[in-house]
Amino acid sequence: MNAAVRATPAVSVDIEGVNLSYGDNHVLKDVGLAIRPGEFFAFLGPSGCGKTTLLRLIAGFNQADTGRVLIGGSDISRLPPWKRDVGMVFQSYALWPHMTVGANVAFGLEEKGVPRAEIARRVDEALAMVGLAHLAGRRPSQLSGGQQQRVAVARTIAVEPKVLLLDEPLSNLDAKMRVQVRRELRDLQQRLGLTTIFVTHDQEEANTICDRIAVMNDGTVQQVGTPMELYERPANLFVANFLGTANILDGRLVGSGGERAFLLGDGLSLPVPAGAVLPAQPKLLFRPQHAALEPPGAVAGEAPVLPATIARYEFLGATIRYGVAVGGAEIAVDVPFRSGRDLYAVGAPVGLRLAAQSLCWMER
Amino acid sequence: MRDDHGLDDAMTAVPKIAAPRARRLPATPGQIVLALAIAAFLLLFLVLPVGTVLHAAFTEKGTGSFTLINFYDFVRTELFMRSLWNSFYVSAMSVVWASVFALPLAYLTTRFEFRGAAIVQTLGFLPLIMPPFVGAVAMQLFFGRNGSINLLLDDWFGFKIGFMEGLNGVVLVQSIHYFPFILINLSAALRNIDRAMEEAAQNLGCSGFRLFRRIVFPLALPGYLAGASLVFVKVFDDLATPLLLNVKDMLAPQAYLRVTSIGIADPMGYVISVVLIAASVLAMWLSAAALKGRDYATTQRGGGGLARRRMTAREAVFGYAIVLLVLALVLAPHLGLLLLSFATVWSFSPLPDGYTVAHYARVFGESSLYIKNTLIYATLAGGIDVVLGVAIAYLVLRTKLVGREWLDWAASAALAIPGVVLGIGYLRSFYGITLPDGTPLAALWITIVLALAIRRLPYALRACHAALQQVSVSLEEAAENLGATKARTVRRVVVPLMAGGILAGFVTSFATAAVELSATLMLVQSNSDAPLAYGLYVFMQSAAGRGPGAALGVVAVLLVALCTYLSHLVIERGQKAKGQGH
Repeated sequence: MNAAVRATPAVSVDIEGVNLSYGDNHVLKDVGLAIRPGEFFAFLGPSGCGKTTLLRLIAGFNQADTGRVLIGGSDISRLPPWKRDVGMVFQSYALWPHMTVGANVAFGLEEKGVPRAEIARRVDEALAMVGLAHLAGRRPSQLSGGQQQRVAVARTIAVEPKVLLLDEPLSNLDAKMRVQVRRELRDLQQRLGLTTIFVTHDQEEANTICDRIAVMNDGTVQQVGTPMELYERPANLFVANFLGTANILDGRLVGSGGERAFLLGDGLSLPVPAGAVLPAQPKLLFRPQHAALEPPGAVAGEAPVLPATIARYEFLGATIRYGVAVGGAEIAVDVPFRSGRDLYAVGAPVGLRLAAQSLCWMER
Repeated sequence: MRDDHGLDDAMTAVPKIAAPRARRLPATPGQIVLALAIAAFLLLFLVLPVGTVLHAAFTEKGTGSFTLINFYDFVRTELFMRSLWNSFYVSAMSVVWASVFALPLAYLTTRFEFRGAAIVQTLGFLPLIMPPFVGAVAMQLFFGRNGSINLLLDDWFGFKIGFMEGLNGVVLVQSIHYFPFILINLSAALRNIDRAMEEAAQNLGCSGFRLFRRIVFPLALPGYLAGASLVFVKVFDDLATPLLLNVKDMLAPQAYLRVTSIGIADPMGYVISVVLIAASVLAMWLSAAALKGRDYATTQRGGGGLARRRMTAREAVFGYAIVLLVLALVLAPHLGLLLLSFATVWSFSPLPDGYTVAHYARVFGESSLYIKNTLIYATLAGGIDVVLGVAIAYLVLRTKLVGREWLDWAASAALAIPGVVLGIGYLRSFYGITLPDGTPLAALWITIVLALAIRRLPYALRACHAALQQVSVSLEEAAENLGATKARTVRRVVVPLMAGGILAGFVTSFATAAVELSATLMLVQSNSDAPLAYGLYVFMQSAAGRGPGAALGVVAVLLVALCTYLSHLVIERGQKAKGQGH
């Protein structure tokens, strides 16, 4: 059933030196990306970062001032939207209310001049692929949000586009549906092998379904990588803060060679591991789960232990998140929750142990 | 708290509390009295007159027994069947021409970056605030057999066009007058189309005219149909325009002429009235049936309207030329009226021979009575409408009173009753009832006010209903929680929050009542009780009266425009004040 739909090989999408301004508002600043054939790729960033503008640029609804977009190696920058063969699923789904579900899905095939019998077959196929073959006669207004979303996807894949664009497709669904639909989208993309670009502001969505992510902010691409690369080795403070919770400590680098140390507030100092590459004016970054708490005065092992105080705690289910005051700052430390284990009380002195291999140093 | 007894109690507590609630009144006594008072008002001034008309149409003259013979007579009479056909033809053609005027204005101003789009949309409203029969006179001067256009055509090319001959004149005047209904509804529909609807089609390979035909037009169709059916019904029911253009073989004029020339005992007037009601109801039912399940606005999330495209130089020239032509045409009645009101003599010439302000002096001298009467009648009618509108909206939305929907339904049903029918009904119902001094009830000026109030009630009710829907119930509950009674909550919380909607309802009622003639033409018994529209009608019937009539018409237009603008200002300020509160 599924194999029949996809015959054409997957294509790459290349964005080269794209700039776009609305008046004085520079929305996209020299954006360049290379998306591989068959990849599930995400544009991730806060609202206003330019991710939707970039997606619409690929679909042809925005025009770049400079730069070009290549699909499968050929430049499509000058083509109007209706000649690009780039399927887009809209955030609002944009299902036409005056047509049935079946007519919505058939629309693109009719516009392409596909023979009538084949249209019927491909509409059935596309709807079957999203599990809605039995609803072809309904109106969009009679469907639930999740069903509408799947019809929008079916309508787009029915025309077998070269590239699939998804503009925040999960934002209009409730939390439970979101988890289910994102799995379905991933499965569908894997079956079709279709190059897919997914726009979202939700890091969890991007992390769970995408092969690679471009993190965007203020019209520029901050970093491109797999979800794990971005989480483990963020290129800058923006990426570190946007993906998960990050503790960031200010300090001063002293010493040289193998005897370097990072001076925090309150006279605390942290030895810098030998061989670590540091910028001239570094900040220290680590994730809440990469620190550990111990009773005060415990014997220092290989990792440095800093004296700290419990400022607050929050019960999150699987973990307890402690707010820990150290060196004049407050950081978050996650400790797995196990019943029977005593909590540290607010105000209790503790030792903060940092695993050297989990520390990240970045430019101030 | 964790003992077993406590758990038992908690499980049985729910039915125990619910039991004593069974016998509770559905509403407070005050609400019941209010509902009964409104019901009595509607029964007396809407149901009774219309019922009387229906009764008279189905009873045999003399014996009083049920019969269909009157309808048989109607069908057999060639004049009536021709009138029926003419009314249908004029209404349908008016819809066609109104669409021709409205489509380019709506499309160009919503789809393109059009300079002055706001001005075009505002000017598009203008025809509505002038009674169509007033425009008819001005149109004669421009488009009539010896009007400006035909004189020029004859001079230059040696032929004339019968714009205003017979039914053509009625079609032209009505389509120019009522085209704003289509413009407003169609523009709103076009503006409400989600931009993504269009982009999704483009993304799937659709563009140009196919995009318009397959996506844009079907999505705007409900708005267009709503406007078109309104135009059809309004034209079908209009009395004064055909009369003034001396077209008598249409249904509304026939009903009027039968009753006024043969008398209120003649059954044919009532039969025609029933046909008029049936046609109105049928047209509304058809449009409602066509619109069923097509309320697309609620299924579109995004909004923002269609993408506006910049026009190429050639398109711009073409577009502006069309818009200017249509605007010139629809504003011709106003321009003609203004010229006429300052003209000494205007006959057999493209423009008046000379200019004077004498007509205005006359209007403000001897005819100021008309203006005073109109202000009193329209203010009273508007006041009655908003009081009833707020009360009915409150009963429907905020109480569980049995039969409250009936009040809503009855008040809205006035939409389907043509003015001339209501007028005939009032004559028939209230002429027999006399005051102690012998004057019949139907001859009192208050009857005119009541007829106007009933005619405009549906519009005011919709405005009040919408306003109350926007007031959150929790705001009222907060007031009650702090010790305010129902009545005091309404006065101190509900009505102030509804103020904008109430004012909008009042102005709609006031402005349209001020230029209404269909119902009042029949009810005005003496010149001293006549409203402005009636005075206009009398003036316009004689050649000598046209100057003062035009001056009076200009005053009427200015009066309505001024009131509408003032209320607009007040509503805007109110909204701003509320916005700053948050």
